Amino acid sequence: MKSRQDRLIAIAMITPSLILLAVFVYGFIGQTLYVSMSDWGRQAALALDPDISFIGLDNFRELFTGLLDVRFRQDLVNMLAFSVLFVAGCLLMGLVLATLLEQGIRGEGFFRTVFLFPMSLSFIVTGTIWRWMLQPRGGVNVLPTLVGLPRIEFAWLTSRDQVWQWNWQDVPQILGILAAVTCLVLAARWWLTGGRTKAVVAGVLAAAALVWTFTVAVRIEVLPFPEYHGFNLALIGIVVAAVWQMSGYTMALFLAGLRGIPDELREAARVDGCSWWQMYRYVELPLLKPIIWSAVIILGHIALKAFDLVFVMAGPDNAATSVPAISMYLTTFRGNQFGKGAAIAVVLLVLVSLLIIPYLVSTFRSRGEA
Amino acid sequence: MEVHRMKPRWSLLLIGTLLSILLVAPTAALAQATGEVEIFSWWAGDEGPALEAIIREFEARHPGVRINNATVTGGAGVNAKAVLKTRMLGGDPPGTFQVHAGQELIGTWVIARRMEDLTFLFEEQGWFDVFPAGLIDLISTEEGVWSVPVNIHRSNVMWYIPENLERWGVSVPKTWEEFLEIAPVLKAQGVIPLSLGENWTATHLWESVALAVLGPEKWQQLWTGELPFTAPEAVAVWDLFGRILEYTNADAASLSWQQATDMIVTGEAAFNIMGDWAAGYMATTLGLEPGKDYGWAPSPGTEGIFMMLSDSFGLPVGAPNRDGVLEWLRWIGSREAQDIFNPLKGSISPRLDSDLSKYGPYAQSAARDWQTNVIVGSLAHGVVANEQFMNDFATVMEIFLATRNSQAAANAAQAIAIQSGIGR
Repeated sequence: MKSRQDRLIAIAMITPSLILLAVFVYGFIGQTLYVSMSDWGRQAALALDPDISFIGLDNFRELFTGLLDVRFRQDLVNMLAFSVLFVAGCLLMGLVLATLLEQGIRGEGFFRTVFLFPMSLSFIVTGTIWRWMLQPRGGVNVLPTLVGLPRIEFAWLTSRDQVWQWNWQDVPQILGILAAVTCLVLAARWWLTGGRTKAVVAGVLAAAALVWTFTVAVRIEVLPFPEYHGFNLALIGIVVAAVWQMSGYTMALFLAGLRGIPDELREAARVDGCSWWQMYRYVELPLLKPIIWSAVIILGHIALKAFDLVFVMAGPDNAATSVPAISMYLTTFRGNQFGKGAAIAVVLLVLVSLLIIPYLVSTFRSRGEA
Repeated sequence: MEVHRMKPRWSLLLIGTLLSILLVAPTAALAQATGEVEIFSWWAGDEGPALEAIIREFEARHPGVRINNATVTGGAGVNAKAVLKTRMLGGDPPGTFQVHAGQELIGTWVIARRMEDLTFLFEEQGWFDVFPAGLIDLISTEEGVWSVPVNIHRSNVMWYIPENLERWGVSVPKTWEEFLEIAPVLKAQGVIPLSLGENWTATHLWESVALAVLGPEKWQQLWTGELPFTAPEAVAVWDLFGRILEYTNADAASLSWQQATDMIVTGEAAFNIMGDWAAGYMATTLGLEPGKDYGWAPSPGTEGIFMMLSDSFGLPVGAPNRDGVLEWLRWIGSREAQDIFNPLKGSISPRLDSDLSKYGPYAQSAARDWQTNVIVGSLAHGVVANEQFMNDFATVMEIFLATRNSQAAANAAQAIAIQSGIGR
């Protein structure tokens, strides 16, 4: 039983940090939200008493449907492509490295350090090194000439080629179909696990999303002209550098996970006649699932907030590799458009929250159950 | 207020003393400034020694003043400008700060009423007579003159290696049409006709092309709003620019301006258009001999026009130690300081009475042009457009580099000109 005094002390202890958090985190988030809905950035943006008025969601509308913000929209596409490739690359590399080290090779400690070491560098350093290596007229492109082969012609970081193009006008339909598919998957899962009522609700939602997509969404005019976005090949260079930096970290996570699997489980599987592959596929991988989730969340939010690596490797004005964080910095601090810059920051915050909040909720819930 | 309460003879005495100080010992009176003056700039690295030289000389002349040389590194002030903005917004202005003369200062800080009018300083020092009128126009508004220019760089210069051109059998093009005629000849020999670097160097090339197509008057009209970006001749700039880009290197986006200059030095490329800091780079860093190992000419179609950019210092409202800062501004505007600073920085002095014997061969030729040519301002370096326009223009450039659609680029440029208040 806690005494009254204990409780008072506890409150006194956490109050300062609560106040600091309230002001410097949540207060400033609030201020950014307010700025994002203002037109701060017209003419005399830097005046002592700038002329700011409230304009609601205009900045956001402009970012997603304005004629001039094509760069921001491509930035979003770049960011998604980068996040997916970066997370997938790190998971794959990390898993492979961890599995190899797990075999009990000699000098494991040495290799562990070697693979983990890149993580101790800052993205600025990694970016500078890889910028040199990926110079189109030097670095890795001339490596084959050392053994008499022709040089590689790929324009790392500078290519302007795009693949998998799609039209920004189709975004409402794409979102609608995505929502429908998600609902259908959920419905199927609940149906199989016995949650019949939930499954029916999800099914109805899926149907509604589909109906909405093919009646309303097809008629929404996001832009007055088709605008194509796709995956910029120049991003591959950035992904390579980022994976190089962070795969050691995922390796460490996976290694810890693999080490944490009780030997009894493995022995039991071996007694049942498991092959190496079956053991890996049906015993070890499923037990790594929580670690995979943590890795996805951690790497995912690093990817969404990517700034320094891209800035150093490709420069601020290389639209082929630009990400929203860079646009936010340039719009705000170079272009003096504080309102629009804040709007980009809010979009980023929402995207990161979309990733973090479900994770936090599930963590708290499982802790509550335990 | 105090003066009114004084007895008449006391005030006479005071006026007499003041007069005698002003008349008899002006230098003694000026030397009375004391305390610390903070100078905020992005001149570190290669450009640091030039600033340090005039700081040393200033401190020797003003023993009471200590200079706080606050530099924030980063090319073209990328980082320094962000730091400056947070400081100014936070009510902590430096004594004086480096800024590109022209709209980069006027469209950002003057319009925000954060700068003091320096007309009195220009009158006091007689600067209206020694700085060219074209330059004074670029750093003034109707309300006043806003900064003291310390150097001049030229933007519209074409660089080449004379020996290489001879070997390839081409001569320096006088117009872009001539360039487009000789470019295939160079290409056939495996030479890149024109080397190019990252985004801002493309804007740098664009302004030279635009100046050639439009001429100085229409170029200025673009920035006063009299000539819209969507006018046929302004669209023609993008058309020509697109044709020129066909003869540039494909990996431009990853090259710095130095690497683009290196391409002509190593013979990979024939020509490069860059500001005259390239002369400093080739002469000082690469050890080439001006006029012999490398040559220069006004960029095609801009003979007799000097597209300038300039670093300058202004006086922020509420600057700590205003007297000390004014003393610094008087010093950097003087012929003496500018002739110490510019030869080291690789630029020329904006003053018409500068001592040319202190400069190298390239700078001497540039200084002669400066004193005789038509002067216009550069876009890529902050003279003719405000920061919002420049920031958005980088995006317009990216759109054009990716799509090569002249009309779309012109429309976008016009849209951002309206948004950023060009000509308002």
